[in-house]
Amino acid sequence: MGVADITFYAFSTVLVAAALLVVLARNPVHSVLWLILSFLSAAGLFVLLGAEFVAMLLIIVYVGAVAVLFLFVVMMLDVDFAELKAGMAQYMPLALLIGVVLLIQLGLAYGTWVFSDGIDSRLGNPTPAVDEMHNTKALGMILYDHYLLVFQLAGLVLLVAMIGAIVLTLRHRVDVKRQNVLAQMYRDPAKAMELKDVKPGQGL
Amino acid sequence: MIGADLAVLIPEIVLSIYAMAGLMLAVYTTKDGMAPALTYATAAVFGIMALFIAATANGPAQSFGGMIVVDDFARFAKVVILLSAAAVLIVGQESMQKSGLGRFEYPMIVTLAVAGMMIMVSAGDLIVLYMGLELQSLALYVIAALRRDSVRSTEAGLKYFVLGALSSGLLLYGASLVYGFAGTTLFAGIIDASEGGMSLGMVFGLVFMAAGLAFKVSAAPFHMWTPDVYEGAPTPVTALFATAPKMAAMGLFARVVHDAFGMAIADWQQIVAALAVFSMFVGAIAAIGQTDIKRLMAYSSIGHMGFALMGLAAGTDQGVAAMLIYMSIYVTMNIGVFAFIMSMEKDGYAVTDISALNGYASAQSGQALALLVLMFSLAGVPPMLGFFAKYAVLVAAVDAGLIWLAVAGVIASVIGAFYYLRIVYFIYFGEPREGLAGRMTVIQWGGLMASAVIMIAGIVNLFGIDHLAANAAQALVR
Amino acid sequence: METILLFAPLIGALLAGFGWRWFGEQIACIIATSLLFLSMILSWVIFLGFDGETYSISILRWVESGSLFTDWAIRIDRLTAIMLIVITSVSALVHLYSFGYMAHDENFREGESYRPRFFAYLSFFTFAMLMLVTADNLLQLFFGWEGVGVASYLLIGFYFRKPSAGAAAMKAFIVNRVGDFGFLLGIFALFWMTDSIQFDVILPMGAELATQSFSFLGFEVNAANTIAMLLFIGAMGKSAQLLLHTWLPDAMEGPTPVSALIHAATMVTAGVFLVCRMSPIMEYAPFATNFIIILGALTAFFAATVGLVQNDIKRVIAYSTCSQLGYMFVAAGVGVYSVAMFHLFTHAFFKAMLFLGAGSVIHAMHHEQDMRNYGGLRKKIPYTFAAMLIGTLAITGVGIPLTYYGFAGFLSKDAVIESAYAFGGGLGNYAFWMLVVAAAFTSFYSWRLMFLTFFGAPRGDHHTHDHAHESPVVMLMPLGALAFGAVFAGMIWIKPFFGHPDEVGKFFGVPYAEAQMEEGHDLADEDAHHYVFTGAPGEGAIHQAPDNTVLNDAHNVPKWVKVAPFIAMLGGLLVAYIFYIAVPSLPARWAEVNRPLYLFLLNKWYFDEIYDAVFVRPAQALGRFFWKFGDTKIIDGGINGLALGIIPFLTRLAGRAQSGYVFHYAFAMVLGVVALITWISLSIGG
Repeated sequence: MGVADITFYAFSTVLVAAALLVVLARNPVHSVLWLILSFLSAAGLFVLLGAEFVAMLLIIVYVGAVAVLFLFVVMMLDVDFAELKAGMAQYMPLALLIGVVLLIQLGLAYGTWVFSDGIDSRLGNPTPAVDEMHNTKALGMILYDHYLLVFQLAGLVLLVAMIGAIVLTLRHRVDVKRQNVLAQMYRDPAKAMELKDVKPGQGL
Repeated sequence: MIGADLAVLIPEIVLSIYAMAGLMLAVYTTKDGMAPALTYATAAVFGIMALFIAATANGPAQSFGGMIVVDDFARFAKVVILLSAAAVLIVGQESMQKSGLGRFEYPMIVTLAVAGMMIMVSAGDLIVLYMGLELQSLALYVIAALRRDSVRSTEAGLKYFVLGALSSGLLLYGASLVYGFAGTTLFAGIIDASEGGMSLGMVFGLVFMAAGLAFKVSAAPFHMWTPDVYEGAPTPVTALFATAPKMAAMGLFARVVHDAFGMAIADWQQIVAALAVFSMFVGAIAAIGQTDIKRLMAYSSIGHMGFALMGLAAGTDQGVAAMLIYMSIYVTMNIGVFAFIMSMEKDGYAVTDISALNGYASAQSGQALALLVLMFSLAGVPPMLGFFAKYAVLVAAVDAGLIWLAVAGVIASVIGAFYYLRIVYFIYFGEPREGLAGRMTVIQWGGLMASAVIMIAGIVNLFGIDHLAANAAQALVR
Repeated sequence: METILLFAPLIGALLAGFGWRWFGEQIACIIATSLLFLSMILSWVIFLGFDGETYSISILRWVESGSLFTDWAIRIDRLTAIMLIVITSVSALVHLYSFGYMAHDENFREGESYRPRFFAYLSFFTFAMLMLVTADNLLQLFFGWEGVGVASYLLIGFYFRKPSAGAAAMKAFIVNRVGDFGFLLGIFALFWMTDSIQFDVILPMGAELATQSFSFLGFEVNAANTIAMLLFIGAMGKSAQLLLHTWLPDAMEGPTPVSALIHAATMVTAGVFLVCRMSPIMEYAPFATNFIIILGALTAFFAATVGLVQNDIKRVIAYSTCSQLGYMFVAAGVGVYSVAMFHLFTHAFFKAMLFLGAGSVIHAMHHEQDMRNYGGLRKKIPYTFAAMLIGTLAITGVGIPLTYYGFAGFLSKDAVIESAYAFGGGLGNYAFWMLVVAAAFTSFYSWRLMFLTFFGAPRGDHHTHDHAHESPVVMLMPLGALAFGAVFAGMIWIKPFFGHPDEVGKFFGVPYAEAQMEEGHDLADEDAHHYVFTGAPGEGAIHQAPDNTVLNDAHNVPKWVKVAPFIAMLGGLLVAYIFYIAVPSLPARWAEVNRPLYLFLLNKWYFDEIYDAVFVRPAQALGRFFWKFGDTKIIDGGINGLALGIIPFLTRLAGRAQSGYVFHYAFAMVLGVVALITWISLSIGG
């Protein structure tokens, strides 16, 4: 067992344990922290596979952005997880039973796993050897060439997500005073004030 | 090279660019003031695209190495999707304005959703399938919650989103199992891989994928979101849910089971048949207890999806053709019914309670008659088109040897007839109470009447749809 | 011409039935009647100008299905021609008569419109009847057969506010269904054997059929006999022969013109017509013809006995009709179809007249029908009396014995009786004696009717008698016309119907030839024509097998046979005179002494009671069982249990599952996936 193997088992053990703790942790903030740990472990696994770019993406995007966002959301939302869990306990036995059944069946499937005939010819080798082409470049070739369509579609999905977020949250409140820069700039001091000569005892 | 690939996808590309251009236009002009004009323009674009697709139909075409397949089947489904979405937009426009939902984003989101649906029915690859599905679903989640000040509407959107995510998870899990077995995400590759028989893991993948797709067609037991979302969403949005996405999801379902799993018909046949039976009975039985017409239509659509799945379960080209016919007729009926539901209001508020229909016939005999025709058609009473739709799927099921399925379908349709007829009963024999005030607008009236007239007039030759559907089915089933 | 003849009544029916709102009641009735008269004139033109050659006119292709194809066509031969004049003449006269009879009817409310409907029904009946007789295939015949059934149903139940009328209409229809079932089976059997229902095809196959057999109800049966029997069962129903006769007396619930048209002159004779039409097959079905003789004679006798004691004037005539139909069937059974048609022909005139006369009496007596409340009406309604007298003379068979001079009934009835005797053997003798006795009874009840109605002292309600009045002229005119027929029809047409084979053959278009002189066959009559029929089956309107010499023999029966009916008639007249004129108290005493016999006859041999016990009650009990238990308990109970018990339960369950909680929904989805996975792995693994 070489160093690579030891590293692999270390990362995977940590990954599985961290993922389990995400679900089991009582404090939601702890859950998010466990999630970050599992992301990091996964990134380690990617490095082992030679996919450095994906590993770095995972750390930057998921750990740096997504997980932190999660953290903020969890902290800002005052969710009483204990209450939710109390409701869940009621269904626990049944859920457990079903989970076990599903697990057994999936185990059955994986236990008897076979690959289809001629899988190698279909699988191909989308990633060239590291010495041939740089990892990032290879990724780019696949993403922007072979899977161009899918990439564009993903863009559309994100567009919809963006529009959706705006549609559902952006409000133009009519009862709020807003700063109108142009109006301010074009303001004519001469017209800003009007003098009225008020006669005594009469009012306007 | 890339030009040829893109040429196959012209309608989808046009729609996407149109959506972006429309957004920009509205943002820089009068914003929501553009909503009516944009809605009609969108409907017009849909109509033009439908014409374009119909006009340029010549044989099957592929692009991006088989990731996109445009054959007669895809074209049939796309035309139905485009036309039904256009009709729903037009019919619902006034209702949207009236209830203060005249947002310019709405037609644009619908446009993107429709683009997603068109990708779905053309998908030749698991990844493309998923992207199309998500494009559609995400757009639909948003418009379900469009009435953001209403608890029900936001609840509907959120529920739909959460459950949709779960279904996507199931689908992806299934897809990964399939990929693990076949080593490719291309449908053509999957069907090659399964030529020598499928392993249990692959079959599990198939089941998970079927579950995810069943959620999209709202087949029982993955239907639970449907009534809540239908009820909570604004009525024009509900009308959209009940029409175009159903066709898209059904088309995708058919494509997956035939294009990717065409070698394992016996395996998915029993899954689809089980979904069909369950849906038909849930749709028929649960609808009986409903008092809200939108919820009732939700169960009605669950039941109808069961029937359409029955056609799919036959596993033959005849079955696919029957499914396509069924969906076309179903979509047409629903547009008419929802045109009417949109017009249901009293004192300026929308009413969806069935009891409001009491004695409607004495107030509006013409519309009541049209509604009667539509209800009879939904129930499958013979002279109307709805009967021929049911007949087609029953024949397909019987010819495929699924006699038990056909028998179950007949029983379910008898049970289901109860609540359609109950509506007719209310309309014609109910004690007139305060009833519905408010007249239908011309467009709504036109939608209702056109749909009803089609249900009667179509019995002559089904407007030739049966031939088109047969061609489409032959393109899909090999 | 034939087409106009056929469709004029239909057009009349449609115009009168649907159009009266536009052009008024009176006009509608007049249109229907005038179209009928047009039909009548055309019929007479056809009848008188007809040369005996069968021809047919195709109207349109009707059915084409596999080897079954049939046109809608008009077949004109002598049989049709005879029926045409009978139907259209009586119908036209009845239409006319109805103007008077139906003018005011207390069965309908003031201002209610019923007359156009009545005329429309009458015209529709006429059309259906014409369809029946002009049919050139069995399907068209059956269409007409059922059409007249419907018309009969509608007209018997015309007074729909009377429960008895409704019941009678249903009875007529249902009893006829029994016969129709046999008829249908007969048609099916014929089609099965010959692969056709065209008369042109099936009639020539009579002799062939006699040699074939097929399996029926598990028995190997002779084709000709079975088919003939089945067809005769149909005829029994329509012509009210014994066993299926019970509807006819009840059918008198309908208006009297209806009784005259449908239940005396035309529809009930359809059975006789059918047997004559199918004569080429009947000739080769000895078993069936023997059965017809037995049943016909028995019916003649039975109906006559029942007629003796009935008190309702229309019922007496109804039983008389039943009895006369028996005569016709005997004639057909012994193989002299021309004689059967002869009696049909004359009977139509005098029986229609009797009915219309009775209607006139009823009209005069304000719808009183019980003869015991009549009496002494001779002076009050002299014209009706005269007509009824002629009718009675005709039906009882008054004429000069051994000559050809007499009322219509005399000639035709004697012809039947002589033919029966000529048939010979035990069966012939049986039929002969039955008919002679029946003739005596006929004479008795006919004269009883006359004496009770027109002679003696007025009985019953004084007021009614005081206001008795002669009927309007539109009712008397038809009586006059029919009286003419009742007197002269026999004398004019005896030769063609009951002449020697050459005369009959010429009339009916049947080939004939000089007979070979057979040794030992003493043809004593010096002016006898020695001819026999030589036509093959299907040639001409009727067919008589070469060995059927009844027609010839009938002319050579002993003198006492020829006189016998006349003697019987005189006897009947005498007894009636004694009973009802000379010693009016006698009938009551007789009835007292022979009470069981009297009750037996009064209750029509208890046929209705027996049928009630054997068929009606068990059928009703069975129906009630299926209704109460089978339908209400099992089917309704099952459906209701399902619809009102299980389904709502499931609905509630589904409603409960729809809790609104996302995790419930998600749970359901997961559950669904697990269930599917489990099922799939079990079905693949197992």
